[in-house]
Amino acid sequence: MDDNSSLTSGAANQSVPLWRDEFSVSQSGERYVNRRQLAKFLTLTSLGMFAGNVWVVVRSWFRKTPVYGRTVVARAGEIPVGGVKLFRYPRPGEQCIMVRTSEETYVAYSQKCTHLSCAVFYSRQDNRIECPCHQGYFSVQDGSVLQGPPTRPLPRVVLRREGDELIAIRMEPEI
Amino acid sequence: MTNRYPDPQRNHGLAAIDAVTGILVILLVVQIWVLSATLDTFLAGHAETALPAAAVSGLLCLTCFALYRFVRRVDRNVRSGR
Repeated sequence: MDDNSSLTSGAANQSVPLWRDEFSVSQSGERYVNRRQLAKFLTLTSLGMFAGNVWVVVRSWFRKTPVYGRTVVARAGEIPVGGVKLFRYPRPGEQCIMVRTSEETYVAYSQKCTHLSCAVFYSRQDNRIECPCHQGYFSVQDGSVLQGPPTRPLPRVVLRREGDELIAIRMEPEI
Repeated sequence: MTNRYPDPQRNHGLAAIDAVTGILVILLVVQIWVLSATLDTFLAGHAETALPAAAVSGLLCLTCFALYRFVRRVDRNVRSGR
């Protein structure tokens, strides 16, 4: 192989070795080309980021507004003050928790903790909603975070009283 | 230590490309931040930031392309010896 190489290169120029003849880019030139290629790579990555933003815009245009049905949750007076009733809303797989905080006040929230989706429960002695997994505590009045790793409040189920019936009409915020 | 690039025009060209590359990296970091913040708010149910974020991202992308064209022009000029 060495003999062949010397034959081919020797025919062109005795002083230039074959490898230099075939790889004619000098080290300084290679560095120069690499910088230009890096700039090209960064620019194409920037185009990719822009494409990602456009994708989000397109997704937001085609996002469906959730339609919430009406579900009868309980009858007034069905649960005692400080009592709890679990129900499913807005879909069969979404568990919610309703608490009667006073004679005339009912509040309901999604039972999924906003941290890692553990099921929250109502602690009557502390009058708060607690997540047993990581000790996240939520206010029973408005679902806001009192303590722990969750950063977002519990989604609230808006209840309407119609006669003796408590009806879930929508979620806030929309989920 | 010997100077690897004795041609001053070439040195200037390399310095310009290095500077532009630095600016490109900064713009790209800003764009990544814009995209991640947009995704974060979108997945949290807020879509109102998507359009302004896309406009900013597009502007940054155009700037990157303009800088890349500058790099190519500098490269071409240095190679042709102008």
